[in-house]
Amino acid sequence: MKTFNYHTAKDVKEASKLASSNSAYLAGGMTTIPSMKLGLASYKDIIDIKGIKSLSGIKISRKSVKIGSTTKHAEVANSKDVKKAIPSLAALAEGIGDAQVRNRGTIGGSIANNDPSADYPSACIALNAIIHTNNRKIDADKFFKGTFETALKSGEIIEAIEFSIPEKSNYQKYPNPASRYAIVGVYVAKHKDGVNVGVTGAKSCVYNDKNIAKTLSNNFSSSAISNVNVSSSGMNSDIHASAEYRANMIKVFAKKAVEAC
Amino acid sequence: MASLVGSRVERKEDKKLLTGRGKYTADINFVNQTFAYFVRSPHARAQIKNVDTSKALKAPGVVAVLTGKDIADDKIGGLIAGWRIKSEDGSDMKVPAHPPLASDTVNYVGDHVAVVIADTLDEARNAAEFVKVDYKVLKAVVNTAEAMNSDQIYKDIPKNLCFDWLLGDRAKVKEAFDKADKIIKIDLINNRLIPNAMEPRAANADYNPSNEEITLYTTSQNPHLARIIISAFNGVAPENKLRVIAPDVGGGFGSKIYPYAEEVVCSWAAKKIERPVKWVADRTESFLSDCHGRDHVTHAELAVKNDGTFLGFKNETTANIGAYASVFATVTPTYLFGPCATGVYKMPAAYSNVKAVFTNTAPVDAYRGAGRPEATYTIETLVEKAARELGMDPAEIRMKNFPTQFPYQQTLVHSVDSGDYVKGLNKAMEVADYKGFEKRKKQSASKGKLRGIGFCSYFEACGIAPSPVVMMLGCGIGLWESAEVRFNPTGNVTVFTGSHSHGQGHETTFAQIASDQLGVPIENIEISHGDTDKGPFGYGTYGSRSLTVGGTAIVKACEKIIAKGKRVAAKMLEASVEDVEFSNGEFVVAKSNKKKTIGEVAFACYLPGTYGEVKSPLPEGEEPGLKETSFFDPVNFSFPAGSHICEVEVNPETGETKVVKYTAVDDFGTIINPLVVEGQVHGGLAQGIGQALYESCHYDGSGQLITASYMDYTMPRADNFPEFQLDWTCTPATTNPLGTKGCGEAGAIAAPPAVMNAVMNAIGTEISMPATAEKVWKACNKNKKIKSEAA
Ligand SMILES: Cc1cc2nc3c(=O)[nH]c(=O)nc-3n(C[C@H](O)[C@H](O)[C@H](O)COP(=O)(O)OP(=O)(O)OC[C@H]3O[C@@H](n4cnc5c(N)ncnc54)[C@H](O)[C@@H]3O)c2cc1C
Repeated sequence: MKTFNYHTAKDVKEASKLASSNSAYLAGGMTTIPSMKLGLASYKDIIDIKGIKSLSGIKISRKSVKIGSTTKHAEVANSKDVKKAIPSLAALAEGIGDAQVRNRGTIGGSIANNDPSADYPSACIALNAIIHTNNRKIDADKFFKGTFETALKSGEIIEAIEFSIPEKSNYQKYPNPASRYAIVGVYVAKHKDGVNVGVTGAKSCVYNDKNIAKTLSNNFSSSAISNVNVSSSGMNSDIHASAEYRANMIKVFAKKAVEAC
Repeated sequence: MASLVGSRVERKEDKKLLTGRGKYTADINFVNQTFAYFVRSPHARAQIKNVDTSKALKAPGVVAVLTGKDIADDKIGGLIAGWRIKSEDGSDMKVPAHPPLASDTVNYVGDHVAVVIADTLDEARNAAEFVKVDYKVLKAVVNTAEAMNSDQIYKDIPKNLCFDWLLGDRAKVKEAFDKADKIIKIDLINNRLIPNAMEPRAANADYNPSNEEITLYTTSQNPHLARIIISAFNGVAPENKLRVIAPDVGGGFGSKIYPYAEEVVCSWAAKKIERPVKWVADRTESFLSDCHGRDHVTHAELAVKNDGTFLGFKNETTANIGAYASVFATVTPTYLFGPCATGVYKMPAAYSNVKAVFTNTAPVDAYRGAGRPEATYTIETLVEKAARELGMDPAEIRMKNFPTQFPYQQTLVHSVDSGDYVKGLNKAMEVADYKGFEKRKKQSASKGKLRGIGFCSYFEACGIAPSPVVMMLGCGIGLWESAEVRFNPTGNVTVFTGSHSHGQGHETTFAQIASDQLGVPIENIEISHGDTDKGPFGYGTYGSRSLTVGGTAIVKACEKIIAKGKRVAAKMLEASVEDVEFSNGEFVVAKSNKKKTIGEVAFACYLPGTYGEVKSPLPEGEEPGLKETSFFDPVNFSFPAGSHICEVEVNPETGETKVVKYTAVDDFGTIINPLVVEGQVHGGLAQGIGQALYESCHYDGSGQLITASYMDYTMPRADNFPEFQLDWTCTPATTNPLGTKGCGEAGAIAAPPAVMNAVMNAIGTEISMPATAEKVWKACNKNKKIKSEAA
């Protein structure tokens, strides 16, 4: 690992002041530290934001669940409130990585990192999330830009993620047998005004499968999905799954999700 | 004292290992320690035009940067192939030079080019970036099947062919095939695996300039072998000036039997810079540079009569041995493979022809089972296919061809001393509830799942090995084992073994044996291994040999102790030696109540005399002390065998395959400790099921390793397995006094065909390992298409 300056920020203002084009925030460190150790990334400044109280915690209102950015996966998974309001979101958090990762990794870190096979981004898409930063609010469908790429400006800090509570929802993940990240993850959510189908793992970036979503908006049943065409074009292909296989799995897992709703 | 052999004694070593008190090579640090980081080739095949170390030498903390030129200048020898194989035409195998640091060419991604030594690991690693290597990249040879028709890697090795070996009789096989009603054919790939010992390889070498001694701590299954190779072949230091210690070692599975470049380089460098040099592999280095396993491409045929009787067998295999011939790389696909090729069956005619090829991939060597899993996978999937094609039950076709008289001389090589294959398979079917399979299949079908059942009846040649036999076959070493049993003056015992425990539980099972032999409580017995300065020379642990060969040496040494004890006790008890009997730790004069405990006798041996009066308890001419050594060379291999039955459930929509029921009925001869044996079987099954469904090493076309971390290399996990149903039959081995046969590799040998036969039974088509979800899904789709077209 290359040497770096380590800072602890006491509040968001201080953190953003310390930030530069050659810095990273340290939330759970579950992505940042391994990539530094492997020599894939190096930074001049590491700004620890774990201690900033205002960034952590879960707030439930009638319409939404708002989760502070440094809230750990385990906290979301175990939260009685989240389990009640959006059970599928708690279940998603329970399925991330392993116990060690869940007790370190944070929702803000996961979303800022925007790994194409991470779980949370699909929830953001399906649950019409609003990403609150220190400067603005960003709609989820404008936030995830590409592989490891988001709408965040350099140094911008995610403060919270606000999910709207759907009528029903479910997340189904087919894990990569090696890493257990999603080969495909399908998050189906039925809102009053329509259905979203957040798909992760399948392409270079999370997306809303509009075809399935439209079909389900008309007829919310798994059998309806059988007639939807999921094209494999633009899908990832690697030693674990071809594009064609991923396309099949999206359909199978969308059905599973609808059945489990 | 009740006998301990056969009882479930909890592992003595577990307290230490499970509470983090183990001491591994990485835990050892010397004063003035330096750290090594290896500059490795990023290319699968290239010429080295220049290595410029000048900038790295100026980096902070750097003590030395050493290259292939330096090691050649110091006349350090290359790494060796330990087993000489001759081709069918009588010519010798061809092997390339394998310098510990490359000087002219690199031949796989991860090949060692230079070493940077610094005060800290970070400094060494950072400085390594400044070592500038000028490569001329060449086209890599990666594919096993195409290796012989690809670019020639080494000037003197045409067709990249190490050897073209034959075992068996082609003419007799042809005759048998001419008489056959049916010929069953199969094409297989035995997928390449990466061993993944929990503890990565490591070395820490300390040099003492005052007496010119090197102490090398290393992750070895076989420290004595490491010492002799590093001394006699690499020429780093004479044997008496090199002490090799393999402390606690976290698994090896074959990949740590022999020394690698890193141990040689650290030892040599420590001497050169007169400071201790430590290297610990990171996980990706392990993936890149540990020797891999398997990697065969096979075509096999079985000639049968319509009633299922086997007439003949042939096996044409291309075995990838990677970029260099590692120590046991050449024996693994030949003598560990060929003789087991016909499985447990009566096979009147057979041959195995193996072409070993070089490729620009990491060296391939022994991996749990070594050759026997490859052999078993071939014959057992072929037999199952024969059953399918003949419309026979898979158990029936096996029963029909089992030998029933033992000892049984197989057609190819082995004379199997004992076994009862019929009993084993019957018991396996009973434990697995074979009769209930159709019902379970219906239940699965009602959930939309395809259920399949698969068999494997295997045998293996273990207890490696009778030295004269293996040396005649080209082995560079003998494979006997040693033991020294040392009574301490206060009556407790230290047993030194030349084998090495790195997960096998020797500290428990060997102590059970010594306890029974000597009548000393197990808590008073310590097993010592892994240090060439303690106890006699030995040959380490692999090939399910430790108990059968090393354990027997302990028995023999104990017998010598008792013989001497009798002589001493006789003198002490004023009786004649013939009248002294030994049992339960006591020397008793027959038909009397006169006795001495073995502790009293040991004490007397060490303190022969009484104060103020010269009266020795030792008979005339008897030396003081109570310590005996034995070197046991077995007369034959041992032959564990068994039948495994696997059931899988396949989800045809996704191809996901789950092992839902697994039964293993093994015959390991005498079982010293069922708890330890179950652990060994579980571990083997995990690796075997891993090979069948999950694990596979992938190189891309240019020779880059795609599966270089756990992000991409699928290790099986606990939730991939059902509860295993284990049971035994027992025909004791007749070739050693314990009657043991070996159990360490059985699971890894039997599981791949059992699982794959079950998968193929479920989906109704042939499929290659690993049967990943996508492959199974594609096979199911193809079936669906064929069925709908037919309809
Ligand atoms: C073994 C393992 C298994 C895993 N399995 C899964 C899995 O199955 N599914 C899955 O989804 N993920 C998985 N992960 C990833 C895990 O969820 C990480 O925690 C997550 O990707 C990053 O979160 P973090 O808090 O650790 O972020 P960090 O590593 O601390 O930071 C990551 C990046 O996000 C930025 N960042 C962090 N917080 C903020 C913020 N508030 N505002 C702006 N930028 C910020 C940092 O600058 C940095 O660039 C796994 C990780 C590991 C190590």
